[in-house]
Amino acid sequence: MPNTYGFVPREPLIFEHSVPGRRGVELPPLDVPEAELPPEEYLRDELPLPEVSETDVVRHFTRLSQLNFAVDIGFYPLGSCTMKYNPKVNDAIANLAGFLHLHPYQDETTVQGILRLMYELQAWLGEIAGLPAVTLQPSAGAHGELTGVLIIHAYHTSKGRRRHVILVPDSAHGTNPATVAMVGYRTVSIPTGADGNMDLDALKAALNEDVAGLMITNPSTLGLFEEHILEVAEAIHSVDGLIYMDGANMNAMVGVAKPGDLGMDILHYNLHKTFSVPHGGGGPGAGATAVRADLARFLPVPVVAKEGDRYYLDYDRPESIGRVRAFYGNVNNMVRGYVYMRMLGREGLEDMSRTAVLNANYIRVQLQDLYDLPYDRICKHEVVFSGKRQAKKGVRTLDIAKRLIDFGIHPPTIYFPLIVEEALMIEPTETESKATLDHFIAVMRRIAEEAEIDPDTVRSAPHVTPVRRLDEARAARRPVLRWTPEGAS
Amino acid sequence: MNVPADLFYTEEHEWVRLEGEVAVVGITDYAQHELGDVVYVELPQVGDHVTQSEPFGVVESVKAASDLFAPVSGEVIEINAALEDAPELVNNDPYGQGWMIKVRPSNWEAERANLLDAEAYRRLIEQE
Repeated sequence: MPNTYGFVPREPLIFEHSVPGRRGVELPPLDVPEAELPPEEYLRDELPLPEVSETDVVRHFTRLSQLNFAVDIGFYPLGSCTMKYNPKVNDAIANLAGFLHLHPYQDETTVQGILRLMYELQAWLGEIAGLPAVTLQPSAGAHGELTGVLIIHAYHTSKGRRRHVILVPDSAHGTNPATVAMVGYRTVSIPTGADGNMDLDALKAALNEDVAGLMITNPSTLGLFEEHILEVAEAIHSVDGLIYMDGANMNAMVGVAKPGDLGMDILHYNLHKTFSVPHGGGGPGAGATAVRADLARFLPVPVVAKEGDRYYLDYDRPESIGRVRAFYGNVNNMVRGYVYMRMLGREGLEDMSRTAVLNANYIRVQLQDLYDLPYDRICKHEVVFSGKRQAKKGVRTLDIAKRLIDFGIHPPTIYFPLIVEEALMIEPTETESKATLDHFIAVMRRIAEEAEIDPDTVRSAPHVTPVRRLDEARAARRPVLRWTPEGAS
Repeated sequence: MNVPADLFYTEEHEWVRLEGEVAVVGITDYAQHELGDVVYVELPQVGDHVTQSEPFGVVESVKAASDLFAPVSGEVIEINAALEDAPELVNNDPYGQGWMIKVRPSNWEAERANLLDAEAYRRLIEQE
């Protein structure tokens, strides 16, 4: 008999709950004339739907929801994803009827409130970036990248030239080269030096008049600040290329350094990372993109503008790259990001970044004696370890990640960035207490010890979940996508 | 780690074996070990032209997706269709049943100089 008792059941499929003849609703007696059935050939003999009661259904789906892991349940140090706590006030405000029931076809005079919010959000994001012109349209980060690289293309086109190459460091998110390909450019990869910075000599060697620009992530996916960023910017600008900064890691920089001051020309934000809009499980995100003042003319239409006391959607932008999305973006998530920024204020936002960086460094220092640090220097909001030492004992990073689940911790990002062997990328975020960080550190130290004296326990983890170690290779090679009753083919 | 002496290698961990007029291409034992369980192999079509050092396909494992780089230039004359249903052949037999494409080399004499022999390849993976 399946274990359906206790708080962490192995929940059967809804079909497996089925009992012949059980039903959720009772139809009233027929009090209308019987209609004729469709022709015989359209009817089937069997309809193998689960036969379950309302209680069965409610309990089944509620139990499934309890098997979920979320930032509201536990520590979620998924690197480069900034799984920070999402304050409930964001939802409370976003769910106010005045925001919730807006319709995109409403007349501008009836939506002055949301237009004001969007206008102010544009201005704040412009201020934080040091890049004053902002579009809120992109749906999420990679869409912001696409918008940014289309603007790079528009910039060169406006100067009457065609260029073909975008430089991308080898530590980049995979979406960067994908974006380059989407716009029709070719990626040239720039290696990372031993200090974790982009290799400046390699960058300079790759520079020529065919380079349209550079996509850079700062702090990089190694969680490290690019120490030569000003030289990098100067080099790219020397061939009149533009620099696109992937803002996935902005949680380390808000209020502390402005990308515009560092020579960046275009930046996307992930409101769903840095500004606490919920994400994971597919979004929706919000990928606002900021550009240098002289690039404003290329931004997608419409941009929210203001004239006197009136807010309006400005479509009169002849050099625009056009729309990148239907309507105006994920507006409700703009409300969440806006509320978050208002709740924290200028100083609070700076505090947010400083605390995120402090937390990551605390973990770095507490674990660096047991886990290899491929780039041993002060990190930003995330720290990248290598599980190389444990791998020599036969415990791979994947095993460490699975073992963390036994202690109620979501695994960090693993095997990324690709340039770090057995990578473990840990981003604690600013919202975790010292007690939570200490728990994580204690667990990681324990796993390192287990790797030495009891590697099998780590290799066979997780042990306390309703489903144990899954066969990922078989799941990918021979996926079972459909339930079939026993005995059926 | 198995590094057969009669093959040529790339720094990106592909191997090539010349069988008469035909070059057989796959990934090395070291590569399959580092990738972990291979779950999908994307190959070019017969008749396509591949270029030395340029990507010709993608190998996907439970860990990562990686480009496959052609060790030789030439026309693809056969692909290993068995990998579609059994990508694990790449793990189980990387130099045999796990081969990926067969190419008619267009510039073998010149391109051979850009490849590593077994000894040089062994040194490369020992460094990594």
